[in-house]
Amino acid sequence: MADAAQEEQTGRSLPDPDAAREWLSAMMLIRRFEERAGEMYAKAKVGGFLHLAIGEEATIVGAVRAMRDDDYLISTYRSHGHALSRGADPNRVMAELFGREDGVSHGRGGSMHMFDLEHRFMGGYGIVGGNLPLAAGMGLSADYRGTEDVTVCVFGDGAANQGTFGETLNLAALWRLPIVFMVTNNQFGMGTSLERHSAVTDLHRRGEGLGVPGMRCDGMDVVDTHHVIGEAVRRAREERQPVLVEAITYRFRGHSMADPEEYRSKEQVAEWRKRDPITTFADTLLEQDVLEEGEPDRLDEEVVKRIDAAVAFADGSAFPPPESLYDSIYVLGDQVKGWYSVDERSAGVHRGEHERELAAKQRGPEGAYEKAVEQASEEDLGLDKGADEAQAEDDGAEKADPES
Amino acid sequence: MAVVRYREALNQALREEMQRDESVVLMGEDIGVFNGAFKVTAGLLDEFGEKRVRDTPISENTIVGMGVGAAMTGLRPVVELMTINFSLLAMDQVVNHAATIHYMFGGQVRVPLVVRMPQGAGHQLGPTHSHCFEALFQHVPGLLVAVPSTPADAKGLLKAAIRDDNPVVFIEHEYLYGQRGDVPEDDEDLLVGFGQAAIRREGEDVTIVGISRMALTAEKAAKILADEHEVEAEVIDPRTLRPLDLDTILDSVRKTNRCVIVEEGWPHGGVGANLAALIQEQAFDHLDAPIGRVTGADLPMPYSKPLEQIAYPHEPQVVEAVLATFGDL
Repeated sequence: MADAAQEEQTGRSLPDPDAAREWLSAMMLIRRFEERAGEMYAKAKVGGFLHLAIGEEATIVGAVRAMRDDDYLISTYRSHGHALSRGADPNRVMAELFGREDGVSHGRGGSMHMFDLEHRFMGGYGIVGGNLPLAAGMGLSADYRGTEDVTVCVFGDGAANQGTFGETLNLAALWRLPIVFMVTNNQFGMGTSLERHSAVTDLHRRGEGLGVPGMRCDGMDVVDTHHVIGEAVRRAREERQPVLVEAITYRFRGHSMADPEEYRSKEQVAEWRKRDPITTFADTLLEQDVLEEGEPDRLDEEVVKRIDAAVAFADGSAFPPPESLYDSIYVLGDQVKGWYSVDERSAGVHRGEHERELAAKQRGPEGAYEKAVEQASEEDLGLDKGADEAQAEDDGAEKADPES
Repeated sequence: MAVVRYREALNQALREEMQRDESVVLMGEDIGVFNGAFKVTAGLLDEFGEKRVRDTPISENTIVGMGVGAAMTGLRPVVELMTINFSLLAMDQVVNHAATIHYMFGGQVRVPLVVRMPQGAGHQLGPTHSHCFEALFQHVPGLLVAVPSTPADAKGLLKAAIRDDNPVVFIEHEYLYGQRGDVPEDDEDLLVGFGQAAIRREGEDVTIVGISRMALTAEKAAKILADEHEVEAEVIDPRTLRPLDLDTILDSVRKTNRCVIVEEGWPHGGVGANLAALIQEQAFDHLDAPIGRVTGADLPMPYSKPLEQIAYPHEPQVVEAVLATFGDL
């Protein structure tokens, strides 16, 4: 109740000044990371799909800061921000985008499949709705082991129409699993708007018939998101009651980089941009004298430096060596003894046996292999974006995105 | 040795591993109060309680996915799918998640999950309830695939599967549940290792490889061949398809110079198709005849009994295929 004006504006009180500063900085880190990732994509440093969370930063930081270190977070293909907020090293998240050995998933996962066990970020997943059952398993495991750990499972409004949504919410309620289901309602399942993909558009109500009470938060407001997720996490932890939280938000960019955005108007985007979660929070902190004039800019400068360093790190990191192609398909042990478990040994068919020897031959002079890989991946993708980054970003439709 | 049924051998494996390791948890449809659709889990709810033997709703994709998530965070779940037919509903969790997660996240996390399910035709259950899907699962890197055909193998392989740190698709067979066989007693650490084929019968004239129930059919056919045609067949049961013990099969083919592969599933892209490719790649000069395949018919399984019976392999087709490799037909 420190400030009646603030209470009136958001209905929530601000966190203490240090926390407020950190939240703002964490949101800025995501914003700058995503912007730079987009640039690197245009330069073909990043391949595959790239789904940016610009505009959704408050949903990420608000939720993650309401969690304990031992809680599990599991997310989607739009997960760079979740990994970062959970504590993953920006260098390694960027290196993953670059497909490098130092990436958080050692270059095997890419943008859609970040992972950081140390910070209990249990992964980004590329299949819409695929992560909900996994979250139930993590909740079951925490429950079985008698811990207080809560699992926060983030997914989009599109995923709310997958079969796993109903299946998992039912099971979580039935078994009283400590899970917070957080549907990040950014108004679109790829290019299909909420009212065109869901009969009931109040997504937080969709768990009621399954025994999962719903809550809703303003996903453009980090304070509100933190408060609501905090209450949901508390209920999950203390009452063993799974909760569905709908965060109302908006992505300022397309679904992925390959999105011409013909399904929404520029006016709509502009209207939501006025509610930018970073600038509105910074303005509030300035108005409330939590921050001094110029402090947001200084925080932003620090963040930009951090991202500069991440890009330099990623660029300097090596590609995974070809002889590592078959590593980690299986856990080796008594049953699976070899690095390649299916014994198919004939010559002439590509199955990876000779990679170790080939690698040495192909590697040639210092740096030649890395150069060849880079060149090959640009050719494979049919991209030649170095020449005109802006053009490539605007067109953005070289690759169709069949998912979500 | 004690003579027990295949389903009892599986039950023993589950019981022993649950006694041995508290992190082993069972989940599945009607595995508890109902004691299992095929009674494999009979008595386990009473012994281990609801916390460890969990009846689930009919939600195959989510049950398997829960197993994956629990396996990633410290448990060793054994998920029962009532039959392999319903595994299609769980294919996303099996292929995109269970099989992929260890690799996709650079080896940071393991998925020690077992998904058990029976397959097989012969009970007049028609097109949706008679599938054999070894070929589908053996296709997927990241999975281990077991196809036990005897009670001893069922027990030893299931125990090994539960102790392994990789996701295992464990394919049982509806017909085999009632079959009896010798199972070693009083050795709860007796495992059957993956990637070790069993030679069921030794012979010099032809190699017959039988998958799942068809290992039994192959053995019966071998007896007919010996009794009526003076052909001594060597019968091999690979027991696991991933990893595959190709060496044992190749050694046999190099000795007999002839090979017939018997499976209950469909021919296109089947286990036999793959195995025939591997054998000809490795032992082409040792083959005196084209490799024969006996498979389930290439169609949705019909309901009517006479049609169903001719739509999956029996001994006569195997005998015929073997004789064909000698040019006798």
